[in-house]
Amino acid sequence: MTGTDVSFTSNFWNLWIIVLTLANIFACWWLIRWTAKPRHGESAAGEVTGHTWDETLAEYNNPLPRWWLWLFYLTMLFGLTYLALYPGLGSYRGLLNWTQASAYEQEVQAADAKFGPLFKKYAATPIEQLANDPDALRIGQRLFVNYCAGCHGSDAGGGPGFPNLRDKDWLYGGQPETILASILDGRTGSMPAWGQVLDGKSIDAVVAYIQTLSGRQADATLASAGKTTFETYCAACHGADGKGNPALGAPNLTDKTWLYGGSPGVIRQSIINGRSGRMPAHRDFLGEDKAHLLATYVYSLSRK
Amino acid sequence: MDTLTTYNYKVVRQFTVMTVVWGIVGMLVGVLIAAELVWPQINMDIPWLTFSRLRPLHTNAVIFAFGGSALFATSYYVVQRTCQTRLFSDKLAAFTFWGWTLVIVLAAVTLPMGITTSKEYAELEWPIDILITLVWVAYAIVFFGTIMKRRVKHIYVANWFYGAFILTVAVLHIVNSAAIPVSLFKSYSVYPGAIDAMVQWWYGHNAVGFFLTAGFLGMMYYFVPKQAGRPVYSYRLSVVHFWALISTYMWAGPHHLHYTALPDWAQSLGMVFSLILLAPSWGGMINGIMTLSGAWHKLRTDPILKFLIVSLSFYGMSTFEGPMMAIKTVNALSHYTDWTIGHVHSGALGWVAMVSIGSVYFLVPKLFGREQMYSVRLIDWHFWMSTIGVVLYIVAMWISGIMQGLMWRAVNDDGTLTYSFVESLEAMYPFYFVRFLGGALFLAGMLLMAYNVIKTVSGARPVNAPIPQTA
Repeated sequence: MTGTDVSFTSNFWNLWIIVLTLANIFACWWLIRWTAKPRHGESAAGEVTGHTWDETLAEYNNPLPRWWLWLFYLTMLFGLTYLALYPGLGSYRGLLNWTQASAYEQEVQAADAKFGPLFKKYAATPIEQLANDPDALRIGQRLFVNYCAGCHGSDAGGGPGFPNLRDKDWLYGGQPETILASILDGRTGSMPAWGQVLDGKSIDAVVAYIQTLSGRQADATLASAGKTTFETYCAACHGADGKGNPALGAPNLTDKTWLYGGSPGVIRQSIINGRSGRMPAHRDFLGEDKAHLLATYVYSLSRK
Repeated sequence: MDTLTTYNYKVVRQFTVMTVVWGIVGMLVGVLIAAELVWPQINMDIPWLTFSRLRPLHTNAVIFAFGGSALFATSYYVVQRTCQTRLFSDKLAAFTFWGWTLVIVLAAVTLPMGITTSKEYAELEWPIDILITLVWVAYAIVFFGTIMKRRVKHIYVANWFYGAFILTVAVLHIVNSAAIPVSLFKSYSVYPGAIDAMVQWWYGHNAVGFFLTAGFLGMMYYFVPKQAGRPVYSYRLSVVHFWALISTYMWAGPHHLHYTALPDWAQSLGMVFSLILLAPSWGGMINGIMTLSGAWHKLRTDPILKFLIVSLSFYGMSTFEGPMMAIKTVNALSHYTDWTIGHVHSGALGWVAMVSIGSVYFLVPKLFGREQMYSVRLIDWHFWMSTIGVVLYIVAMWISGIMQGLMWRAVNDDGTLTYSFVESLEAMYPFYFVRFLGGALFLAGMLLMAYNVIKTVSGARPVNAPIPQTA
């Protein structure tokens, strides 16, 4: 963001800011010079001004404390100096030519130059092999708790809508390459909403059938009616056997692992409203070397 | 009672009593959410009791209900007595009381329901915003109308501050609340993106500057010299710090948006003017505290004066801390940490609440025809509970805030962050408990005050003081 260029739609606003800023600072300057000056005919220091309010309220005419005046001048001088050095006065860039964006880029570059080789060192080792390197795993774990724990949890145990990464169940596959691909380019898991398509009865039936898929008890007549609906509407993604499809990220419905929850109520909700899961892409943000270490750590979790 | 020969104390009484009531309500919610941070399960998974909904209720209740009532009460009292005339309109003054009370009740209903604009300190939705505007216009008419018909030549310094507070808050509220309604309970700000953020913090920081500072300086300029029985220290100083304060506060808002999408120039101006604000702020503190010179011994025996003077010390401390935190380098450490919360409370509890409490103790006996409060000893107790409570609160937040800032930026040899967010949260635990204790102690002091007020008022006859007929 090179802010200063786009901030002003016309030179008027640029001048407006400059004039108002300087006018305010110099007005303060003038104000203290003007008030500090003794005036002819006024009451002396230590004497009241002569006005009285509410029977007893009066005011002394004491001079401004000298140390306070200096403090005031000092802050104004600091302010003016700062505005000469840094952007502040409209689109004037300041003598140091500093911008927030360039400062950030410089810091990132410096960090990359310092730490980049460290990460690069690990990038050449295949993930399966690197998963045996305790140093690499330690770095991977630190990256994980800062970049991934927000959704997947500090222990990688996940939560409703956010996959558990410690078990053997994978939406998109648990091979090193697919984990790395998930981190680098993200994933979008989208289940359409069927609330407008299916009537309440069919939904009840499908819910019952889905329960039987993972070996649970459900009304037999309902479940067998649900089987037909399932094959028509759900099998395309979840498969005729309900075992899911890692190419689409469609969950396996026959096991005990549920991304959004497996109670009849939650299953019903998933069918009626659909689901939208989004894992953000980290390629530009973290870079491939760090993603490699992260993938190694995540891969190692389900090997234990 | 003849409305020509007496002051209107009725509206002052109403707002004074509600200051105590809303103070207790607002601080009780504050203590509750402080407890939720220590024991999250006490919200019992009830949406209305979650931190996210009660936090805006707490801020609105303490700022606008408690602080607002204190400002209404004292400004109506001060403007009448220093202008030597009755309020401009009794009917409009009564409207401001009932209107403001309705605003507060609506806030207490809608905020826990989750109805919010999500703008900090401006969460109330558009129908309530319109009501606030009406009440505020009525307030301005009553206040400035009273100034217009004053029977003394000069306008007393307290009224400059009250006047600046009333005018500016009107502008801030109207500009920041501009929104397009989509339903009765939902509206969207008319400003886009970073502009919205800038307008919000221009409002937000001036809410601090004008609502919580200028207004309360008005209070200070009346009650400190009155209670101390001494003239204000320096008329010149009051002129300089008034104009410097109100002009520089206007610019300080962007320091809430350091290192964000806000353009660099706006961030710099926010920082520079926040620093320049130090001297004007201290001008008020000096003028208040030095008013006591020659009467220092009164501090030993007069707990009301203790409240007023200690509030000024907290004012001086937080107005030093504020400019320091506005420096970008310091802000990089302090921003988004509990340090900010501590800073706000050294101002809100130490300055705003304590100067209000002192003023209420001054007012109650006068409004109800008593010589003094039922128990001066209890005021002293209240003073020490408040002071220790604030100190516990802000020290806990300093430690935890600076610790958070340091933990978030700590880096390992490989460039990865040393701590995860959860680890920093775990480290806050003991300090969240100390903060809860500090808040609870402050609240307990308020309950003591309520008892003292009830005892003073019960059996008393409301008094409307006569207006002196000599100019």
